[in-house]
Amino acid sequence: MRPEAFSSSLDVPRLRQDFPVLQRETRPGVPLIYLDSTATSQKPRQVVDAIADFYLHHNANIHRGIHTLAEEATAAYEEARAKVAKFIHAASPREIVFVRNATEAINLVAYTWGRANLKPGDVVLLTEMEHHANLVPWQMLAAEREIKLAFIPVQPDGTLAMEALPRLLAQEPKLVAVSGMSNVTGFQPDVAEIARQAHAAGALVLVDGAQLVPHAPVDVQALGADFLAFSSHKMLGPTGVGVLYARRALLEQMPPFLGGGDMIKRVTLEGFATNVVPHKFEAGTPAIAEVVGLGAAVDYLAAIGMEAIHAYEQALVTYVLPRLQAVPGLHLLGTTTENRGAVFSFWMDDIHAHDIAQILDHYGVAVRAGHHCAQPLHIKFGVPATARASFYLYNTPEEADRLIDALYKAKEVFA
Amino acid sequence: MEDLYREYILDHYKSPRFRGHLEKYTFAYEDDNPTCGDHVHMEILVDENGKVVDARFDGVGCALSQASADILLEHIVGKPLEEVKQFSKDDLLNLLGITLGPVRLKCALLPLKVLKGALYGLAPGAADEDEEATWP
Repeated sequence: MRPEAFSSSLDVPRLRQDFPVLQRETRPGVPLIYLDSTATSQKPRQVVDAIADFYLHHNANIHRGIHTLAEEATAAYEEARAKVAKFIHAASPREIVFVRNATEAINLVAYTWGRANLKPGDVVLLTEMEHHANLVPWQMLAAEREIKLAFIPVQPDGTLAMEALPRLLAQEPKLVAVSGMSNVTGFQPDVAEIARQAHAAGALVLVDGAQLVPHAPVDVQALGADFLAFSSHKMLGPTGVGVLYARRALLEQMPPFLGGGDMIKRVTLEGFATNVVPHKFEAGTPAIAEVVGLGAAVDYLAAIGMEAIHAYEQALVTYVLPRLQAVPGLHLLGTTTENRGAVFSFWMDDIHAHDIAQILDHYGVAVRAGHHCAQPLHIKFGVPATARASFYLYNTPEEADRLIDALYKAKEVFA
Repeated sequence: MEDLYREYILDHYKSPRFRGHLEKYTFAYEDDNPTCGDHVHMEILVDENGKVVDARFDGVGCALSQASADILLEHIVGKPLEEVKQFSKDDLLNLLGITLGPVRLKCALLPLKVLKGALYGLAPGAADEDEEATWP
């Protein structure tokens, strides 16, 4: 498939105009080819303008003021909440808690739901491919509470060993926490099926949606997620804000997370009564402008359509995967061709990942090198570090060609 | 990039003179760069006159970390221990002959961290306390 024949319902050249950074050169004469969206996405003008507009014309604190600006700010903030709820098909905006990022969202669940519901000997079921954000909080809880952690194994092609699930669920875990899309292999497990089996076994389900939500349509009802965590900055939004979705009944049972203003209904010197959900979990002044920015990011993605974005990325997968596999001495971590996003982690014979990234940078290609906050996965595959190229809606097959060219150049240096 | 991957560094990476192990050694230490997976292990042999008579390194990692180890050991073998103990970050960077950003600095200086850990008889992991922040 050659670039000219690359069909797309996305007008990528036009939408790239919304991202001024993509016109950059990394050094004179070398255009930027940004293939690190899995680390953080670039932001369209529309998101930056929404944040600037808020600060320049509507800035005030929210929820407590009566004056005009306070009303406008509150409306903008709560409107963003409603947009996010609609974007993931939550039953109500009350099920959207704004936090700092996906990591904080998962920590919130561990601290509140986890501490209130998990006793020594209880099991939490994870997978071997989790990002540290969906592993370390449970390890911390395990050390504190003597809970046990079990893991769905990853197979050599990067997929999950689904046939191990019944045996693992027989341990009667209280929670199954799984990534919706690996930030290393791009693999997208069948979360709906995992959730179905988990619920049948009496477990709740938490989905780490940090990669999934930006790259695929998400319907929390269809997925069967009791909790979903995701970050604004990976989906064209600003840093500093993330989302915990949780079913309302759960939020109402969970004890509060941080204590302070806004999460209370009433405070005396003797004690306090918590506010209704989701405000119970939003203590202190939030990142108001950033939430407004996230709302603008959701508008941007929704206007294009997540189905269209997902389809475009699948076309990129079909284009990039064979070209990467054709590079002699290059090995993909995660060779599955189905149920995967456009994230490619790989190592090369005789060239360390760090050197790959360094040489690619010389040619303007931005990739990441290391273990991508998934050390256990790298240990399992026996690889100290990989280079990772990740694509998003603003990347093109021509940029993929530049990536491949640069990889061949790297081979020349180390020949 | 030509700078970083100049012949000198690539040569030491592809054809190291000091990779391996010593049958007898006075000091040994190892450490890694957790962010990128560079690992360096060193063995240093010092004679009764306080002279570094032999050294070897082993490890896995980027060209810069491994070449730097080889270049460092080539420099210290044959020198008095007390002089080697004074060898500084700037001395190593002068030997390498390149300018580095903060991230790659960690790769280049890992072997020095390991050397210091060995010579000062540090407990495993204690070399981290010695590290200054590399941000300007």
